Amino acid sequence: VKRDQARALNGLGDPVLFAGALLLAALGIGMIWSAGQVDLPSGVTGAWRRQLAWLCISILAFAAVTRVPLRWLEWATPWIYAFSIILLLAVLIVGSGPNTRSWLRVAGFSFQPAELAKLATILLLARLLGLRKEPQTRLFDLWKPVLAVVVPFLLVMAQPDLGSALIFVVILVCALFWAGIPLFTIFMLVSPGVSLILGFSAAVWGVWFVIVVLGLYLRRPFMAEAVAVALANLAAGALATPLWNRLAPYQQRRLLVFLDPDIDPRGAGWHLIQSKVAIGSGGVTGQGFGLGPQKRLAFLPEQHTDFIFSVVGEELGLIGVLVFLALLAWFLRRVLRIATGSTQGFGSLIVFCFFGVWFAHLVINVGMTVGLMPVTGLPLPFISYGGSFLLTTFVGLGLVCRTAYEN
Amino acid sequence: MRGGEAVRLSRARRARAAAALLGVVILVLAAAFFRLQVLGGGSYELQSRNNRLRPIPIPAARGAVYDRHGELLAESIPGYSLSLLPAPPDSALATLERLAPYLSLESSAIEAILERRGRNPQLPVLVRDDLSFEQVAAVEERRPEFRLVVIETHPRRRYPPGSVVAHVIGYVGEISESELDSDQFVEYEAGRIVGKQGIERSYESELAGVAGTRYVEVNARGSIVREFPSDLARSAQPGSDLILTLDLALQQFADSIFPVGDRGAVVALDPRTGGVLLLSSFPSFDPNLFVGGISEPDWAAIRDDPGQPILNRAAAALYPAGSTWKLVLATLGMRENLVGIETYMPTSCRGALQFGNRAFRCWRPEGHGSLNLSEAIKESCNVFFYQLGLRIGLDPLLSGVNGLGFNQATGLDIPSEISSRFPESREWYDRTFGRRGWTESVVLNLSIGQGETEQTLIRMAQFYSSLAIGQSPVVPHLLQSEVLERVRESWTLGLPEARRAELVSALVRVVNEPGGTAYWHRPTEWTLAGKTGTAQNPHGEPHSWFVGFAPADDPRIVIAAIVENGHPDNRTSRAVPLASQIVSQYLRSEGVPPDHPIEEPAQPPPPGVTGVVGGIQ
Repeated sequence: VKRDQARALNGLGDPVLFAGALLLAALGIGMIWSAGQVDLPSGVTGAWRRQLAWLCISILAFAAVTRVPLRWLEWATPWIYAFSIILLLAVLIVGSGPNTRSWLRVAGFSFQPAELAKLATILLLARLLGLRKEPQTRLFDLWKPVLAVVVPFLLVMAQPDLGSALIFVVILVCALFWAGIPLFTIFMLVSPGVSLILGFSAAVWGVWFVIVVLGLYLRRPFMAEAVAVALANLAAGALATPLWNRLAPYQQRRLLVFLDPDIDPRGAGWHLIQSKVAIGSGGVTGQGFGLGPQKRLAFLPEQHTDFIFSVVGEELGLIGVLVFLALLAWFLRRVLRIATGSTQGFGSLIVFCFFGVWFAHLVINVGMTVGLMPVTGLPLPFISYGGSFLLTTFVGLGLVCRTAYEN
Repeated sequence: MRGGEAVRLSRARRARAAAALLGVVILVLAAAFFRLQVLGGGSYELQSRNNRLRPIPIPAARGAVYDRHGELLAESIPGYSLSLLPAPPDSALATLERLAPYLSLESSAIEAILERRGRNPQLPVLVRDDLSFEQVAAVEERRPEFRLVVIETHPRRRYPPGSVVAHVIGYVGEISESELDSDQFVEYEAGRIVGKQGIERSYESELAGVAGTRYVEVNARGSIVREFPSDLARSAQPGSDLILTLDLALQQFADSIFPVGDRGAVVALDPRTGGVLLLSSFPSFDPNLFVGGISEPDWAAIRDDPGQPILNRAAAALYPAGSTWKLVLATLGMRENLVGIETYMPTSCRGALQFGNRAFRCWRPEGHGSLNLSEAIKESCNVFFYQLGLRIGLDPLLSGVNGLGFNQATGLDIPSEISSRFPESREWYDRTFGRRGWTESVVLNLSIGQGETEQTLIRMAQFYSSLAIGQSPVVPHLLQSEVLERVRESWTLGLPEARRAELVSALVRVVNEPGGTAYWHRPTEWTLAGKTGTAQNPHGEPHSWFVGFAPADDPRIVIAAIVENGHPDNRTSRAVPLASQIVSQYLRSEGVPPDHPIEEPAQPPPPGVTGVVGGIQ
């Protein structure tokens, strides 16, 4: 019996990591329960029960994924990817959602295809980049992985869901970084994106362009590459304003409010101001679990999803915040170790990409509650309410544990 | 295989880089939380409180106002007010529209409320403060529809005597925009009830009390969640009660005898204290209508009434003083030894006085013949006073009259009191008419209270109270206060006591001797001294004046009465009987022993008789 137990634990790949994930998810459900303790009747009150149900489903999915050999998965990757792209197309046609068409409703059961697409894209990138013994160094050789990301990226942007789209960029950069692609190549690849962001200010963009050109001159890549990168930067700088105008007004507001929350204190800035007030009023020890007045009186928006960490700050204070951050950091560090320790290119890349995605979620979500990041609507892994996100997180965790197991 | 090694090597490096990034980012985040929660904690705690705590003013009950005998003039009774908590404009509008049928709010009223709300969106806005219990019950029954609504017991002003005291007590109303901006109301907030007129206004700071504050916790939608016990909460302190010098019974008596439909005013002072015993202006209005906001039809009725009920004719209206003015001339003349009580003027009255190429007429076309000062007062001969005015001369007349305060307000504690008018100097004439636009003949009109002078009733009453007591008169006041009783005017008549007594005896003759202009309406039990007046005016028949005091030898009451257009030619003056009855009523109620036991009842004037009783000047 003991041996069976040991084998079962061994089958988990990294039982400690899994236990940590369960602890985080349990804390998350606790916070979601607290988020539902409000003075007005609210749908959030029952959210913790739904999250608990989702956690059970997620654990089953995790268990299933840990039984699937990575080799099978590698074989199935193109099909999974194709299926996710079809769903992304479908959601553009029949999707629903408050601001964006990002939810697909099937038989009374709704989920975000973008979540599956992230998973599929990670798998495809791992397959494209992980089989090579020698990393590509030329920019143009990277067209396949770039294309694999650009397709879902554009489809998600079309919803439009800026936050999720950003995650695809994170996935691409993580995969290239972990595949050993030279940093300057990644720099060249990403530089048009930076141009796009800096394009609003001619002066700032000018400085950036000089840096790019200088880099190209010093590192002397192939001529065609250099010209292409320079042209792409030019084009991105020029396109910035028209593209900005294509953004939904709520997205424009969110980005502007990130720069100055007081420009719209009753509208988009409201979230950020109320979140800071909630966190600030928590002090060192917090207002007490379940008792935060900002949350109770509905001043804090999205208190169970995007701004769950503000509830942590308000009710558990700095101490609670540090405990949560330490747990998350410990978890991510352990995932990174698995990626480092894996000899298998495909699995290692998957693990690192999940590390990158979760890390990005952590930085953006927690950073947004204190005003370091724009309000993008990215959930906090394990903690935020959200069934399909919890599910993909545990599926990802399953892949991480499978990789650890196969090692 | 070397490539694989390279990948692995670079992977180890990159893993270290990723781990380092993770560490740095977590530290940055921790630092951001430290900054918010430890360094900025206090201010965010405050913001969190401001977010959810709403101060709600607790209105203080205004002090009651009583008359000299303790009769209630104004009181605060419990009422219900309904306010809206701060909320977005559309939800405020929606709530008001749902409330409208229960509170009978018109759409104009809703607009006005929304406008007030917009001025101070962070504070609750008062919707109505005069709700009946039924209205409150109707709203409370539908509480879930009205989450933004606060219903409070709210002291409500009531004036039991109603229109009888309107011009004394004034009324209250919600503070206006311009009042909020003024210095007097620095500590007031929008929605407060303040005194608008009369005593309510002049003693606002005493009557108002101090509003309290309580705190409620509200949610993000502005709905009240619960009462919040706060150290900052204060209970309201009611305002002080005031006792006035006014005699409500006398006020009601005047109201009952004032000719119905006539316009005018009556003022009575206690000459010894300056206390106002009576101040009535006709027509009047019901000040209770203004409490809680006057309705549009009520306001239209008051505004469009040609009788201008709002106008306080006792203190805020100017009239030519007419012949009541002659005592001012007599005082100046005696003071300068230009005339004695037995002095005759060179020209006897033939019905007019020729001055330059103009004839200045006396009221009695056939003339009074030769009169001394006492007789000229008794019979109100214009020709005598024209000559006295000329004898005094324009400059001494102007400076002398101004020295008696006739171009100022008396300082009565009613805010609407206005200044009397009298030219201050020759320069005034130059400015007004141009240097060549006038002649010395203005002195003739000024001598009989016509021309470029207009006086308030209260000012004339005050002058006669100084005639009555022979001292600087006390500044008239409504509040019973020993301090106010000591505030005297800076001027005196400047007459030796004997001279003053001679003038009083002339005033006694006016009322008590056959041939005197007020003889037909003299009081039966007390000796009334006084002077009638007929003020020519451009608005029709002359105004009828009477100013006097009684008992003549120990004055307890000074009375001034005016009835607009109350002296048609050849008919009885309407002011004299009014004054006479009020004086008798007052002295009787005060238990003043009669000067002369009833001997002969006053006879009504024989109808159709002209001359003696008609056309009194």
